[in-house]
Amino acid sequence: MNKDKVITAEALTKRFGSFTAVNGISFDVHKGEIFGFLGANGAGKTTAMRMLSGLSMPTSGKATVAGYDVYKENEKIKQNIGYMSQKFSLYEDLTVKENIRFYAGIYGMTNQFIKEKTGFILQHLHMEKEGDKLVRSLPLGWKQKLAFSVAIFHDPQIVFLDEPTGGVDPVTRREFWNMIYQAAENGITVFVTTHYMDEAEYCHRVSIMVDGRIDALDTPKELKRTFNASSMDEVFLKLARKATRVAD
Amino acid sequence: MKQFSAFVKKEFHHIFRDTRTLFILLGMPIMQIIIFGFALTNEVKNSRIAVLDNSKDAATASLISELEASRYFDIEKNIYSYKDIERSFREGKIKMAVVFPQHFGEDLQHFNKAQVQLVADASDPNVANTLTNYATAVVMDYQKRITDDRQLPYAINTEMRMLYNPQLKGAYSFVPGVMAMVLMLVCTLMTAITVVREKEMGTMEILLASPIKPLKIIIAKAVPYLLLSVVNVASILLLSVFVLDVPINGSLPLLIVESILFTLTCLAFGLLISASTASQQTAMFISLTGMFLPTIMLSGFMFPIENMPLPLQWLSNVVPAKWYYLIVKDVMIKGVGFESIWKETLILAGMMFFLLTMAIKKFKIRLA
Amino acid sequence: MRSVTVNNIIKRYGTKKSFTTALEGVSFEVDKGELFGIIGPDGAGKTSLFRILTTLLLADGGSATVDGLDVVKNYKDIRERVGYMPGRFSLYQDLTVQENLDFFATVFNTSIEENYDLVKDIYSQIEPFKDRKAGKLSGGMKQKLALSCALIHRPSVLFLDEPTTGVDAVSRKEFWEMLKKLKEQGITILVSTPYMDEAGLCDRVALIQSGKIMTINTPEGIVNAFGKKLLAVKSDNMLQLLNKIKACPGVADAYPFGEYHHAVMENGGTKELSAYLERSGKAFELKEVTPDIEDCFMALMKN
Repeated sequence: MNKDKVITAEALTKRFGSFTAVNGISFDVHKGEIFGFLGANGAGKTTAMRMLSGLSMPTSGKATVAGYDVYKENEKIKQNIGYMSQKFSLYEDLTVKENIRFYAGIYGMTNQFIKEKTGFILQHLHMEKEGDKLVRSLPLGWKQKLAFSVAIFHDPQIVFLDEPTGGVDPVTRREFWNMIYQAAENGITVFVTTHYMDEAEYCHRVSIMVDGRIDALDTPKELKRTFNASSMDEVFLKLARKATRVAD
Repeated sequence: MKQFSAFVKKEFHHIFRDTRTLFILLGMPIMQIIIFGFALTNEVKNSRIAVLDNSKDAATASLISELEASRYFDIEKNIYSYKDIERSFREGKIKMAVVFPQHFGEDLQHFNKAQVQLVADASDPNVANTLTNYATAVVMDYQKRITDDRQLPYAINTEMRMLYNPQLKGAYSFVPGVMAMVLMLVCTLMTAITVVREKEMGTMEILLASPIKPLKIIIAKAVPYLLLSVVNVASILLLSVFVLDVPINGSLPLLIVESILFTLTCLAFGLLISASTASQQTAMFISLTGMFLPTIMLSGFMFPIENMPLPLQWLSNVVPAKWYYLIVKDVMIKGVGFESIWKETLILAGMMFFLLTMAIKKFKIRLA
Repeated sequence: MRSVTVNNIIKRYGTKKSFTTALEGVSFEVDKGELFGIIGPDGAGKTSLFRILTTLLLADGGSATVDGLDVVKNYKDIRERVGYMPGRFSLYQDLTVQENLDFFATVFNTSIEENYDLVKDIYSQIEPFKDRKAGKLSGGMKQKLALSCALIHRPSVLFLDEPTTGVDAVSRKEFWEMLKKLKEQGITILVSTPYMDEAGLCDRVALIQSGKIMTINTPEGIVNAFGKKLLAVKSDNMLQLLNKIKACPGVADAYPFGEYHHAVMENGGTKELSAYLERSGKAFELKEVTPDIEDCFMALMKN
């Protein structure tokens, strides 16, 4: 694997008043890596992801994303990352094509390029017939696959996926992960959170956050060995049960 | 009953914990009264006026025909005494009266000097001001024309008298207006939002799946806002009396009962809106366009209804605020009793029952 | 007596001309005191089904009873005796824990004291935070509160719509432990979930996909009905391995499954696949495994 670091974080911290949501986390993510970012509800995952995607200013610590500093160059960061979440990614009342056009337009793509690539995406997802349908009318699994394609439309260096497969059926879930693998093969770094522990196994490396800290970070294989567990589920439970934090 | 009181208690929790909204709700009347202290000028057309001609000579006849010829006035005849004028004012039939004293023509001929009195209903000071100005202009025109033929100038003195509101205070008209607006906002907008919020939050789903009766939900939702409105009415009245020196000429209990009636009408409308919408934005939008704008435009508080094209005048009849505005003006400023406003009261009550019935009918016992 | 019966329920959304079908003739029965799971992905029709059974929606066809009462005719009686926890957190965020529970107890014409023994196990866990606003609770605590509120009137049937969606693995485990205890109290529980691994915790489950029930059985029954050999394989290059397994004759289906790939064998078994993979000379680990509900779900979906 290419050892270029595309994300570095050093003692990254975020406080809200007296509450420390993220407490000095340090880690690196390499180019083309699928990095699983796990943690119980309220462990600080979302806050950490917001800091890395340039949406929220850290309280202290250092971090670079795609080579840019999260304090000073967050506009540059936004140009070089893609983002998709389970909750809001596509406009339900726009058609499939209109959604693609809109997001591509944000990144300043030319009309010709958008047209070609839209065709390519629809063909790739076997959705040629659905191009002019409202996103609202699509099954959830299709929406999520489409949202992922849109998130990497502008060939970002990194794509952040926040619980991308929640509620998706098992077959489509696997198709989705297949897309993640392809993106990683093409050199896109994937930073993903999930509640499905079997999906943690699909990641190259996994970090587990507990109460704002990263308590474990390694390959799934090593984590299972270290914690003497037979599955990632067990590893997660062993770590997360230590949590003392109660509020989100 | 326990269900009901628990529900009302819960609503109060919602209201008191949302301090920002509460602040706006209670601070709004104060703000409004300050803002509307700057009254607006407006033009008046075809206002009904009365002429009391105690002289009945050539001069008065031609002055009356001049007044009649102007597009500003419609002259109400059959006025024979000051008493008649008084009665017409109270009945709201006329806005101004022109009184010619005895021997008007003779005085003008022999002394080159005569008096004419303009009496205006100044509970709406803008209208009163405009009307007396127009009338004075008509008299001046006449005076100039007859002077041209002669050496010595004639001098007709117009003497103005403002009834009900001698100092011509703008506050007299905007206090009732602000009351209508504030009650409307608190009741319609807030009740509409509070029910729809339960739909948005998903709590309505649990309430519907529980044995509590929809009617109980509806009434319990309305009670806190009714009380809040009473507080607002009180604060507006206190401000009017002690800060703006607007007296309450009529009966205070009557004013309060009428205000409660209007509040109930607004609550019913808010509940109707909430029963037919699914999001807070839609509810807010409908409340504002359906209630707030008509209240400002069509209640007669900002713009005289008699100046509007006929269709709008008809439309103004379905605006509850119009009737409430008339009632408050009559009770608070003219000081009339219930016998003079029972018609308006009946109309308002009718509207309230209609809206409430619709709201209860429209309230769904299931999800859409 | 049956606690819940569902007979050929149909539900459509939209106009007569253009509509989507949420439920296409769903039928099942749930016995008294049973813990019945309805398992399927988002959009399978679970929420529509629960809303019909809790009298919140009218079906477009078919009939259903809860506690022997018709969901349309006797909706008022049903509302007295079911507990319902909707899919998303549906309590008053600006009321405290205690206020929420108090309120719902009163709405159901009861009091916390009257049924405290029933909710004690669950409520005692959040009681230390009873003066905290519900909106400020963590996901797991919100759930416990919502469950307490749904239980406070001692319902005879409890409907839990996706109680564990978006909840982390620890809270999910705790939640299922609570359900097991409730079952001992004799309450019939219908629970829906998109998580296949939760099926094993139910007495019986219905697997639902696109508005149709694919199968109803005990978790063991569903696994036994899988009917094909299932192999788990892993190696250092999983992506390459998957393509190779798919190319092997006799393999009906292959897909990633946690740290392994699962291979569903149409014919043949360990020996055949092993021989095929050895030809490429790369190291791999292969074993026969019993399918779990997710394997079964996928097999049924692909049929």
